[in-house]
Amino acid sequence: PPIVLFYVEFERKCRSHVSLLCCHASCFGDEDNAGQFFSSGHTNNWAVLVCTSRFWFNYRHVANTLSVYRSVKRLGIPDSHIVLMLADDMACNHRNPKPATVFSHKNMELNVYGDDVEVDYRGYEVTVENFLRVLTGRLPPSTPRSKRLLSDDRSNILIYLTGHGGNGFLKFQDSEEISNVELADAFEQMWQKRRYNELLFIIDTCQGASMYERFYSPNLMALASSQVGEDSLSHQPDLAIGVHLMDRYTFYLLEFLEDIHPASKTNMNDLFKVCPKSQCVSTPGHRTDLFLRDPGSVLITDFFGSVRKVEITMETINLTDPINPVNGELQIRKYSYVDQLPVSEIIHQKPKQKDWHPPDGFILGLWTLILLVFFKLYGMKHLKHIF
Amino acid sequence: PSLYLGSISFIIGLSSPGNPKDDFQEELVIRPLHSGDIYASFQFRTVWETDFMRGNKVSHYRLFPKSLGQVISKFSVRELHISFTQGYWRTMQWGQPFQPSPPGAELWVWFQDSVTDVDGTWKELTNVLSGIFCASLNFIDSTNTVQPSASFKPLGIGNETDHRFLRYATLPREIVCTENLTPWKKLLPCGSKAGLAVLLKSEKLFHSSFHSQAVHIRPVCQDWQCKTTSWELRQTLNVVFDLHNSAQGKREWSLFKMFSRTLTEACPLASSSKIYIDITDNPQGEQFEVSPATPLLSQAVVLGDRRTFSVYDLTQQITFGTVRSLNLLIRWKSSEGDMLRPLLHAERYVAGYGLQTGEIHTLMYNNHPYRSFPVLLLDSVPWYLRLYIHTLTVTSKGKDNKPSYIHYQPSKDRLRPHLLEMLVQLPPNSVTEVTVQFERALLKWTEYTPDPNHGFYVGSSVISSLVPSIVAMDTNSTRERPLFSSFFPCKEESSYFVRVYTEPLLVNLPTPDFSMPYNVICLTCTVVAVGYGSLYNLLTRSFQIEEPSPGLAKRIANIIRKMRGVPPL
Repeated sequence: PPIVLFYVEFERKCRSHVSLLCCHASCFGDEDNAGQFFSSGHTNNWAVLVCTSRFWFNYRHVANTLSVYRSVKRLGIPDSHIVLMLADDMACNHRNPKPATVFSHKNMELNVYGDDVEVDYRGYEVTVENFLRVLTGRLPPSTPRSKRLLSDDRSNILIYLTGHGGNGFLKFQDSEEISNVELADAFEQMWQKRRYNELLFIIDTCQGASMYERFYSPNLMALASSQVGEDSLSHQPDLAIGVHLMDRYTFYLLEFLEDIHPASKTNMNDLFKVCPKSQCVSTPGHRTDLFLRDPGSVLITDFFGSVRKVEITMETINLTDPINPVNGELQIRKYSYVDQLPVSEIIHQKPKQKDWHPPDGFILGLWTLILLVFFKLYGMKHLKHIF
Repeated sequence: PSLYLGSISFIIGLSSPGNPKDDFQEELVIRPLHSGDIYASFQFRTVWETDFMRGNKVSHYRLFPKSLGQVISKFSVRELHISFTQGYWRTMQWGQPFQPSPPGAELWVWFQDSVTDVDGTWKELTNVLSGIFCASLNFIDSTNTVQPSASFKPLGIGNETDHRFLRYATLPREIVCTENLTPWKKLLPCGSKAGLAVLLKSEKLFHSSFHSQAVHIRPVCQDWQCKTTSWELRQTLNVVFDLHNSAQGKREWSLFKMFSRTLTEACPLASSSKIYIDITDNPQGEQFEVSPATPLLSQAVVLGDRRTFSVYDLTQQITFGTVRSLNLLIRWKSSEGDMLRPLLHAERYVAGYGLQTGEIHTLMYNNHPYRSFPVLLLDSVPWYLRLYIHTLTVTSKGKDNKPSYIHYQPSKDRLRPHLLEMLVQLPPNSVTEVTVQFERALLKWTEYTPDPNHGFYVGSSVISSLVPSIVAMDTNSTRERPLFSSFFPCKEESSYFVRVYTEPLLVNLPTPDFSMPYNVICLTCTVVAVGYGSLYNLLTRSFQIEEPSPGLAKRIANIIRKMRGVPPL
């Protein structure tokens, strides 16, 4: 793809004109290059990475998610386009002998947590409801942008789930499950609202293939770490940290992705070959029947990397005058700092009576009235029974 | 990019003179503690002479971060204080911090008078802040928000203080990790690329006994006349490094040991960039020695005491010496001397047994030998601990101590928490104990967290007080002072304002057995299968007599007899 450079030039005048001058580093290639550039049909990339397990012994699930996060960031998807959901905090967990780190390789070779991580949903926020709301876009209006999946019909989305699962369900935080039917329906809602162009779904749980059995929307490709009836196994423990660091499938997936760079031409068929039965012990599966393009022509970077399409323009834009801040009338009175603990003021402060109670005399009068009416109606002979 | 922006603003500054000025200062204070640990406090302060208050459209942001500026103008915020803390500040061993903070997340906001629906604006503000700081602040809702009636007066300037516009909430369970530090660092003008912020490496900062990062936004006086206001943003980071974790037990601290980095330059956008090392306990250099030596000394009155500091000015090139990098080294020679006991500190714990009732005890210690002073205690207890306020007792030295002001707002189930504020006079050299009994409520089974056996947190109590000071405090707020001494405004010379937080409490609520529905289904199905099934069989089964099949010899004999036409055996 042609690399486009543009720089901004300023003129020293009161009314500043900004002219955008854009130049190519290389001229347009032949029709083939341009054709391939536009063949994928997507203009932006999103990633939704979810770890659904809580508690320290599920360290490997957080490490799985963070290693995919790291690869996806390295290949170009910015933080604003990644929704990262971690159900528990392993890095600053009190059991972690090396705080602020999450390792994927034993002997602490690779810290996938890094120094520049932004987690959007963490702790108790990772629920089935929030996950489905992120996918379908039905979030409350005050949700900040970093927690939304603002994809459109030209977005390629990568969805990665990991945790504990079974035949047809995935367990969220030890208290609820999401079933494969719900997931398939969520994707169908996304398709009907045109929220994705193509979607790659990767799941690393036990019996993961059951989760993609029920998909029925177009343009979905799915990968799972094990077939129905098989368990996904974990890779290697680290004796200093005391837990298993990664799951086998994601470990080999990470090693595969470490060889990919933003301009590489590896396609999906290579991804299907990651972690054969000899390494993984379980049989990874994939599903491509709903996908319109041939998997051999789909690049890894179509989902794991980010495409930035730029438009070249020669127009100039006139910037208006900067808004001069209104100075306002000069306040004659002086401001001052407030007394932090004004003891006398506090003692004499009366809390406001919020609830209205009827005055006591009113209640007494009401009861007297009731008694009088009663005795008038039924006669005074009852009086001696009362008193 | 920052240089680019600097040159652009310079050009625009030349062309349009109405641009408000902004200023950025950074400082680091290092205070060795008596237990061998070391306390480092970073402060980054941006002052901007603009006015968000009267609905002015501000569009040109330079040093002040745009995300916070937009938050202030959109939600009509007058003051915002948010802090994220991991660990608990141990007052008895470490003294008083420069900026106190409770464990977890704490947020308190003063809104402007123009806000009509404070609760709605508060909810939206917490959601936006949760996106900016990558924290789950969206869990702040009416069940943990209170409106204090006397505590948390504004720290900035202002003439009216109507407590209807104040909201306070705390999340004691909130975890602080690199994902909170990353956006915090991105708010700084130089980011984490130059200046003191290069020392902020998460692997070292979170491997400490105490870590707290905070953002404080408030309006301040622009000059001594105080007729116009400017906006001040302070980002503070306090960290206490443990002697055994970070220094391997050897009492020798250096910037490299603490932060795994050394300093090479000051932030180019900063007007002042200084490091202060507290050498008050070391007047002649007999306890520890600081290298490289510096001729600059400074004295400041902070927390009621006059302290002496060695100053390193990073804007001067000679500070970095010939190696172009600064690695301060503090080496101890002898470890004598004891610490001045802090005048005010507090503790809190839960007493009682069982899962039905309990008692909260709050102890406040006044260590001044002859002066008494008033403290304001703020307690916010969640609704699921039902407080019995008629059992509230306040005792000092064994006798009843009646508070001069009590404000109590009872809780409403699932709507709002208890709020208890009391103004208590602490007698000199005494312990004041506040006790109140409570009963634990049973929650609905959907309201339990995924790990309910961990327990439920009750936020820290806040104790605000004006403590008598040993030396005269500086009440002139416009004189040039180091940042750490100008955090709390000072109105009188004989006392200084201090805020102490107690420990948060962890209480266990009666937790149901969540596997019970599964067990019940299994048991019911088994009972139905065995009981009903047996009964059904007994009623509808009919028995038929069947002859056992004969042996092999007999079968052959029967076949021969059938062939012969004779009846079988």
